[in-house]
Amino acid sequence: MLKIENLHAQIEDKSILKGLNLEVKAGEIHAIMGPNGAGKSTLASVIAGKEEYEMTAGSMELNGEDISELAPEERAHAGVFLSFQYPVEIPGVTVTNFVKTSINESRKAQGLEDMPAKEMLQKIREKSELLEIDRKFLSRSLNEGFSGGEKKRNEIFQMAMLEPKLAILDETDSGLDIDALRIVSNGVNKLKSKDNAVIVITHYQRLLNYITPDFVHVLHDGKIVKTGDASLALELEAKGYDWIKEEVNG
Amino acid sequence: MSKYTEDDLREELKTKEYEYGFYTDIESDKFPNGVNEDIVRAISKKKNEPEWMTEWRLEAFRVWEKMEEPEWANVHYKKPNFQDISYYSAPKKKPKLNSLDEVDPEMLATFEKLGISLLEQKRLANVAIDIVMDSVSVATTFKETLAEKGIIFMPISEAIQEHPELVRKYIGSVVPTTDNFYAALNSAVFSDGSFCYIPKGVRCPMELSTYFRINESGTGQFERTLVVADKGSYVSYLEGCTAPQRDENQLHAAVVELIALDDAEIKYSTVQNWFPGDAEGKGGVFNFVTKRGLCETNAKISWTQVETGSAVTWKYPSCILKGNNSVGEFYSIAVTNNFQQADTGTKMIHLGKNTKSTIISKGISAGKSQNSYRGLVQIGSRAENARNFSQCDSLLMGNECGAHTFPYIETKNKSAQIEHEATTSKIGEDQLFYCNQRGIDTEKAIALIVNGFSKEVLNKLPMEFAVEAQKLLEISLEGSVG
Ligand SMILES: Nc1ncnc2c1ncn2[C@@H]1O[C@H](COP(=O)(O)OP(=O)(O)OP(=O)(O)O)[C@@H](O)[C@H]1O
Ligand SMILES: [Mg+2]
Repeated sequence: MLKIENLHAQIEDKSILKGLNLEVKAGEIHAIMGPNGAGKSTLASVIAGKEEYEMTAGSMELNGEDISELAPEERAHAGVFLSFQYPVEIPGVTVTNFVKTSINESRKAQGLEDMPAKEMLQKIREKSELLEIDRKFLSRSLNEGFSGGEKKRNEIFQMAMLEPKLAILDETDSGLDIDALRIVSNGVNKLKSKDNAVIVITHYQRLLNYITPDFVHVLHDGKIVKTGDASLALELEAKGYDWIKEEVNG
Repeated sequence: MSKYTEDDLREELKTKEYEYGFYTDIESDKFPNGVNEDIVRAISKKKNEPEWMTEWRLEAFRVWEKMEEPEWANVHYKKPNFQDISYYSAPKKKPKLNSLDEVDPEMLATFEKLGISLLEQKRLANVAIDIVMDSVSVATTFKETLAEKGIIFMPISEAIQEHPELVRKYIGSVVPTTDNFYAALNSAVFSDGSFCYIPKGVRCPMELSTYFRINESGTGQFERTLVVADKGSYVSYLEGCTAPQRDENQLHAAVVELIALDDAEIKYSTVQNWFPGDAEGKGGVFNFVTKRGLCETNAKISWTQVETGSAVTWKYPSCILKGNNSVGEFYSIAVTNNFQQADTGTKMIHLGKNTKSTIISKGISAGKSQNSYRGLVQIGSRAENARNFSQCDSLLMGNECGAHTFPYIETKNKSAQIEHEATTSKIGEDQLFYCNQRGIDTEKAIALIVNGFSKEVLNKLPMEFAVEAQKLLEISLEGSVG
């Protein structure tokens, strides 16, 4: 699905990703952990195509196709979804309107007609139930005045609506209360299939109790410095990152 | 990585012509340039006006001659030479086209974008309409329906002939000839406009629209509109249209007067889309408009405007809340792009007790444009318990445009409650990236954000108008972000 080799990326001449390799196959769940400032969100932004980040070396393929030159919306149309660490507010635009526009723009790119209203409503009903979202919530302005947890849940609602091939969840768990964490994780699990893949960026092993990763990677100073299975997360939880940093430097 | 930088945008903006304007060759019987008493008399004569009307015009002219063009607005332009304008030109029939195939395809594309119906497209492009749907017959049925209710809706030039008592009673009663430079000029030389009277207790069954009239006689650059809603009546009036309007006249100075008698309500909605000038700021219409309404007891006037056109806009639809319990509302969206300049807002003059006013202004600036809100809330000494709520929001696109707010408050009564809120925001890279990430391209994202920003005002427009206005906002801002 996603193949990244020797990725170097910088912003305003500050190099952040420094030779990162990552391969994610369909059906897999990958967790990326790592200290603050390691470059996790940067990686997510670079995959999604944020233009401020300049890719200076390496390659990035989605299903065998080079996506490094594609505009962010084209990557979205190709099935990349990013659940933002800090979702932005769009005043006056309701969640429903936003999601509708989003779905129909992707359909348009695929040469399809707008989704019929009935189907759209049906889908909204289904996905909001899956994530236990009160439908009144969907008439509010996107992210405006949403609590931290509501914002995250709303990101996953959009993911559920868009059914991406590759979903990157950037600290979706932070801000969620215990119940919400369970609900959102359940949602993610239900949406998971052998044809799609998920990358979860997190600081906490807790989330991984719900969403079991096939691989856990440690990102440190712009590189993936260690990869293991789910047990690596437990080890990190117990020991922190120092031993890994030492391993790398030593 | 493919980068769409601000520079690209700037380039695109520069090359972006006013694709939507169109010229019509008007052969007209024109007066020589310039204005003096003889010209004013000649205009009046041409229109076969009664003596009182001629005198009224002359009086206005004499006042105007002594006036100076105002300079307080936050706009800069080369003042028109008023002796270099022809003050009378009767438009002759535009050439009739046989089908839409003969219409400029670009113009059709714009109509398409705006979602204007085929019938309306034909009407606007001056294509002959088939017999069943002939505009004249539509207009005729329309007029019959109105006549049954006793509603008068006709060109003001006809009203001067047919209903002189009404016109004479109300014209200049809200905007006196001496009001301001442009209003005085308009009073002296106005070409034509609309007159509307709704009798006591009548609810006008349809949105009255100048669409219907525009085809019968071209609206001139000095348009005059007078709407009188008698006691307990209601009317919703739509002015202008979303379709692009190019005009060979650079100066437009219209006057609109609304009179809402006791318990009456007037809803006046405008979409202004005159030629804004090119990307270098050359050309474009100067739109200097005086609009004012008078509310008697329990009456209500709502102004809603979507201003996207003109190079320079100077416009303050206002309400005089004379009667007790009267209500004034102003909802405005003003978009400026490239070198456009808009100085617009409202005046709410509270004279009666328990009067209430609401002001919602949304300014959107892009390119190198300047967008100012100027508003006055005035509470008279006898206006017990007057209330006003004002909200002025500005949205900026790019770093070269400007947004300004000039709210003035004058209170002579301590019981007044006045609230003012103002915000300025920018369309952020983060918002755009968020939309892009969800598959929405930048152009569409801007449209979405702008519509969200303008929503409270768009919601006030009559339904069909709202849809068109929404699209108009998109078109006006195409390719404009930084
Ligand atoms: N726009 C920017 N300008 C300058 N530096 C930036 C910018 N964006 C990110 N950085 C820097 O890049 C580094 C990586 O940031 P990033 O957000 O990717 O970290 P992260 O691993 O997601 O951290 P966290 O766990 O705190 O979310 C940080 O040092 C950050 O300050
Ligand atoms: Mg981060």
